[in-house]
Order: sequence, then C-alpha cells, then structure tokens
Amino acid sequence: MRARYLGIGAIVVYCLAPFYWMLVSSLRRTNDIFDSGPLPDPLSLESYRAAFAAHNGFLRSLLNSFIVAGTTTVLVLIFATFTAYALARLEFRGKGVVLALIIATSMFPGISLLVPLLQLFSQIGWINTYQAMIVPNIGGVLPLAVWNLTAFFRQMPSELEEAAQIDGCTPTGAFRRVILPLAAPGVFTTAIITFIAAWNEFIIALSVVNDNTLKTAPVITSQFTGTTTFDSPFGTQMAAGVIVTIPLVILVLLFQRRIVTGLTAGGVK
Amino acid sequence: MVTLAPVEPDPVRPAAGGRRSGTGRLAALLVSPTLLVLGLVVAYPILSAIRLSLFQRNDGIDPETGLRLAGDRFVGLDNFTDMFTGDTASRFLNALGNTTSFTVVAVSIEVVIGVLMALVMHRAFRGRALVRAAILVPWAVPTAIAGLLWRWIFQADGVANDLLPGPPVLWTTDGAQAWFAVVIADTWKTAPFIGLLVLAGLQVISSEIYEAARLDGAGPWRTFFSITLPLVKPTLLVAVLFRVLDTLRMFDLPYTLIGPGKNATDTVTVLAFEEAVKFGKYGPASAYAVVLFIYVALVAFVFVRLLGADVFGRSR
Repeated sequence: MRARYLGIGAIVVYCLAPFYWMLVSSLRRTNDIFDSGPLPDPLSLESYRAAFAAHNGFLRSLLNSFIVAGTTTVLVLIFATFTAYALARLEFRGKGVVLALIIATSMFPGISLLVPLLQLFSQIGWINTYQAMIVPNIGGVLPLAVWNLTAFFRQMPSELEEAAQIDGCTPTGAFRRVILPLAAPGVFTTAIITFIAAWNEFIIALSVVNDNTLKTAPVITSQFTGTTTFDSPFGTQMAAGVIVTIPLVILVLLFQRRIVTGLTAGGVK
Repeated sequence: MVTLAPVEPDPVRPAAGGRRSGTGRLAALLVSPTLLVLGLVVAYPILSAIRLSLFQRNDGIDPETGLRLAGDRFVGLDNFTDMFTGDTASRFLNALGNTTSFTVVAVSIEVVIGVLMALVMHRAFRGRALVRAAILVPWAVPTAIAGLLWRWIFQADGVANDLLPGPPVLWTTDGAQAWFAVVIADTWKTAPFIGLLVLAGLQVISSEIYEAARLDGAGPWRTFFSITLPLVKPTLLVAVLFRVLDTLRMFDLPYTLIGPGKNATDTVTVLAFEEAVKFGKYGPASAYAVVLFIYVALVAFVFVRLLGADVFGRSR
C-alpha cells in the first residue's frame, strides 16, 4: 500500500515539479531569481509587470493567440463534425481511402508543409496576417479532431437514426435534428483538445509572422529580450510562460475526465 | 503535439442509413470540406516542396553581364547530392543523426516511464482525479514554453546544477549535455501522455485473466510479460508510432531550449527552418523537408506493415 502511494507521489512530483518551478521563479524579485529555495521570498510581481511592459507587446500577443487558436478551433470543429459523422455512421464507397488519407496527413512532418507554404504566402502577400497562421494550423489539427469525433460518433447507438427515419427524417434531417444535439459533449471535448493543440502551435507562427503586433504568445515569449540579464530575461519569461499556460491548466483541471476520454478515445472498446 | 489513439473498429452494423438513396450524396457532402482543406494545406505543399527542392536561388554575379543574378534556376538533384556529399553534408548528416538519436532514445525512455506510470495509476484507488490532472499538465504546457522552462532549469547557475553534485554543467551551450537536456525535457513532456494511453489499454483487460494467472501460480513479472504486455501491445504500438513520428519532426524543444546552430541538438526540421526562414533558401530547405518526409513515411510504413501497428483499429 505504501509503495503504491509512493508511486502516485512520484508521478505527481514528476509532472508538477518543473511547472511549479516556473511558477516559483516567476514570483521572485529579479534580484533573487537565482535563489533555489522552494518558495519565493519575498513574493514579488515584478516579473509579471515586466512581462506586460508595453515594449514587449505581450498583452497583444495573448489576444493574437486567442484569435488564431479560437478561429482554428471553430473552423476545425465544423469540418471535423461533418466528416467524422460520415466516417462513423454512413456507408459509402471510398471510406477506407478517406480514413487513410486523414491518418496519413496527421503523420506529415510540419516542415515539409511549412517551406512551400512560406514561399506561397510571400507571393500572395499573406506574410504577417492571421490567416497565414490559421490555415496551416487547421491542416495540422483537423486529423486529430476528425479522429476524436469519429470515435465519439461510433459510441452512439445506431437506433438513433433509424428511429429518426421511421419518424420521417431524411438522412440529413436525422443528422441535424437528432445526432448533432446528442453529440454536443463529444464536440465540446474535441473543442478543448483542438484549442490546446492550436494554442501551442509554434513553428508556423514563428515563420509566417515577423510583425511584433501579430505574433502569438508562445512566439513573443520566446523572443523576449531583457535589460535585466545579459542573456535571457528568465523571470519575465517564466511569468509570461505561466500566463500562457494558465488558461490550459484551468481547462485541464475543469475537464480532466473529458480530456482523458477524448485523448484515449477508441483505444478502449 | 498531434497524437491519435486508434479508433475502434466499425462494427458490421445493419447499415445505419442503409443503402438508401441520399446517403452517398450526404457522405460526399460531409467529407469534401475536410478533403478540400487537407488537399490545400497538406497535399499541395508536399507536391510544391518536391518541385522547389529541384531549384536553387541564383546567387552572385553573372560573369558575362556583371549584373547581380536574380530568380531561381533548375538544378535537378543538386540539392539532394549536396546534402549527402557537398559542403553542407556534414551539417545535414549530423542533423539526421540527432533526429534519429533523439527519437530512439527519448521514445524508449518515455515508453518505459509511461508504462510504469500506467501500472501505478491502474492500481491507485484514491487520488485518481489529482493524478489525472497532474499528468495532463506536462501535456498541456506549450512545447515552446516547456523549452524555455527547461532552459531556465538548466542554466549554469540554475536549479538543476544546484541539485546535482559536482561542478556546474553548462547544459544549454552545446555538446552531449545539451542533447541530454533536450531528451530530459521531451521525456518530461510526453511520458505522462504515453502513461495515459497505456492506462486506457490496461483498463480493458479483464480481471479474470489475472485471476487465472494467479491461480496458475504466475508471479508478478511473469504476469506482466505474459499477460499485461501482450494485451496492451496494440495500444502501445500505436502510441509509440505517433510519438516516433512526432519526435522525428522535433523543433520547438531544441529551438527554444538550446537554440539553432548547435551541433549536438540541431534536428532536420531546425536545419530546414533556418535555411528557409533565416536565409530564404527555399530550394535546399525543401530538399531537407522532402528527405524528412520520406524518412517519416518509411518509418510509418515499417510500423504499420512490419510491426502491425493497427492505426485503423480494424483487427481489434
């Protein structure tokens, strides 16, 4: 029994210790940043003030991240819900091919898409635009969303459409009036996972935007230049890191059960 | 990180919707937007990358007119031969080696730690919600931010050196220690995720099998290797495949933890990014990207065909 609790304790420490260190470091004064005590003493919000200092453009980058990740999530959910429904509930020719294509695209290395897209975007004037971040991002997270939702739709009893059709619904009507409302929890879970994946995207946002006012929060944070230390302004970066991560940690705390179900969807019968 | 769990097989159901007219049309209508998007942002770029990889930007002065050259010229497979035999060959082969060694070592460690975590969590009755929330934190932290966090931990006067005995290690400069730093950060970020997937696999093994094994006198090790491992293998194999593919395209961690231009940690993606974004050399960058693409495709093929990774979830 004791070994079991020790194991659980080890897992929790393993997962949270680095994150805790980010939090503690962000709450130290710049002068104490190299302290290695377990608590910030004295507590200071200096790093947070520095992170939000106007010249960093951090606040704006948070807004940019919300715009990019939010738009990506909404569009991905629309596409993925339709496709997943067809893959899970309808019989049609070429289903295997569609499934294989979607899985295959999730395996592509991002850089193979990024280089040509970068060239294309500079030709059509998309450098320094939101759509240059959103469109490739959709391609990146769409397979994941289709996958999750397909697993979810398959769990629903097949009598649903039959009953709807006996009551006189067309296949389209059954989807719209019966399936879609019942699928809301699955769509919601997929939305969370999609949003987190889109929020965390880095290499595309780093490449297609060089205007500070359009950069996303992870990119801006990685490019902070400090006046406090000659190398990287770690306190400021940790404070910004905490801010960037907090929305995700809150989502995780609130919806842990759903997220786990979504992530492992289909792995379990 | 995009990781997929297998979708359960499509049971042969008395075709919901049947072969009724309208089903096929509805399916086409529902599937086509996704295919269109994937075609635009995935298929087109891949083809374009192959074309770009056969060109090079003109550089230097035209010997006849004395004017600066501009535009692109067709160079055939020069970008590819340069990669393996030219001036940049050592840099590329080194990056290819790093990409491979990161993948093999990091994923191996992650699988061992992930399976251990799953076994512990499977036995736990209390505190499940806490553990589940904790285990999702490394997954949720943006990889780029995780890189910065570990860069801070691995500073010369940072906490890692404070905790370790002996003289301070210059983790984030270059060399083997930088390579280890990236492996450690990657392991932290993704081992819990593997644990989560394996746990899901463990939970569907019926307790009767364990009961039977116990009655037959199998010890804990025997039980693990003869029952648990074979039964979670399908789940594990798919998890490993997607982790491997994810690590082969690794960029965020080496870039933010160590920085580009380091021998020990530059991956193929970092190299291609540098060529394209920093130097605007789309030709060589595309060639790197194409080679990585082929590498990834080969690995996926090996997993699916030779090892039988069941990405479609058909046979279960």
